[in-house]
Amino acid sequence: MIFHLAELNVARMNAPLDDPLMADFVAGLEPLNALADASPGFVWRLVEDGGADSTGLRPFGPDMLVNLSVWEDVESLRAYTYQTRDHLEAVRRRREWFHHEGVGEHLVMWWIPAGALPTLQEAGERRDLLNRSGPTPEAFTLRRPFPAPRAAAV
Amino acid sequence: MEDLEAVSLLTDPVRRAAYEAVVASGSPVGRDEVAAVLGVGRTLAAFHLDKLVDAGLLEASFARRTGKSGPGAGRPAKLYHRAAVERAVSVPPRAYGSAAELLAEAVERSGADAALFEVARQRGRADAAGSDVVALLAERGYSPEVDGSEVRLRNCPFHRLAEQFPPLVCGMNLALVEGLVEGAGWCARLDPAPGDCCVRLSKNNNDDL
Repeated sequence: MIFHLAELNVARMNAPLDDPLMADFVAGLEPLNALADASPGFVWRLVEDGGADSTGLRPFGPDMLVNLSVWEDVESLRAYTYQTRDHLEAVRRRREWFHHEGVGEHLVMWWIPAGALPTLQEAGERRDLLNRSGPTPEAFTLRRPFPAPRAAAV
Repeated sequence: MEDLEAVSLLTDPVRRAAYEAVVASGSPVGRDEVAAVLGVGRTLAAFHLDKLVDAGLLEASFARRTGKSGPGAGRPAKLYHRAAVERAVSVPPRAYGSAAELLAEAVERSGADAALFEVARQRGRADAAGSDVVALLAERGYSPEVDGSEVRLRNCPFHRLAEQFPPLVCGMNLALVEGLVEGAGWCARLDPAPGDCCVRLSKNNNDDL
């Protein structure tokens, strides 16, 4: 069986999306999503009905943005996140737009069978698990990744 | 091989020059090129290069070089490049890397990126003090490679930490380099490439150096 990597990241906004403080972040949404869609190893990302991204979905609170995506492996996600010029520049400026107090882990990853799609509810549970237990094979981070389950073990 | 043993192999001046010739090149190099740089025979260059591979300081690969003809043209050449593994020796033992990891994690958790960037920028400014920018970057281990109006930095002095805390450490590094080059006619920006430092410099358009 082939496994893919599911990933949720959340960010608590310093101001509403239409505030001038958030203008550079908002301006980057479309090009950065397009860059992700075209990146090697990209499989899927959550988009709200009739929208271009998931910024209108606020399952974890009115000021908490979510990003739910699927990648072929950890390296693909890592390459997009930290080894592309535009995304690295955006994460460098993260504190201008988002604050971390009381957020806990902002990113959680877990393995899913290829072809399956993660739900926001499942993603929230994985993040709760990570916050409770630290990185484990069921819920981990980019800094402490775990390998995909072995086919024989499934 | 132990770090001390590996590093001590570099005390031989010819071997050290061979190592530096490989590191200075942006792409894998062959025995002939290293022999030419050192002004020694091919056999001697090969002897030292292979010692460095045994020690894990260099890695070898094989590739067919284009443009060769005659006997042996089909045989792949042995090429050398710097190994990714880091070697460090400290007497007496010191563990600044572990301390840096703890500090980085604390900055990350407290969200104090801006404070770190500001400290780095100020340190860069203070350290620059009108020195030649490219020489300064070389002295600090960035392995700068000047290409017309651009400077590519071939080595990341903070590599292991940057891998673990990319936004924080690449941001710190950018601020540090920005401080170092301030007023010197160069502009620094993030532009990551595998194996290189994440910062690239380009000449300001309307500067008078």
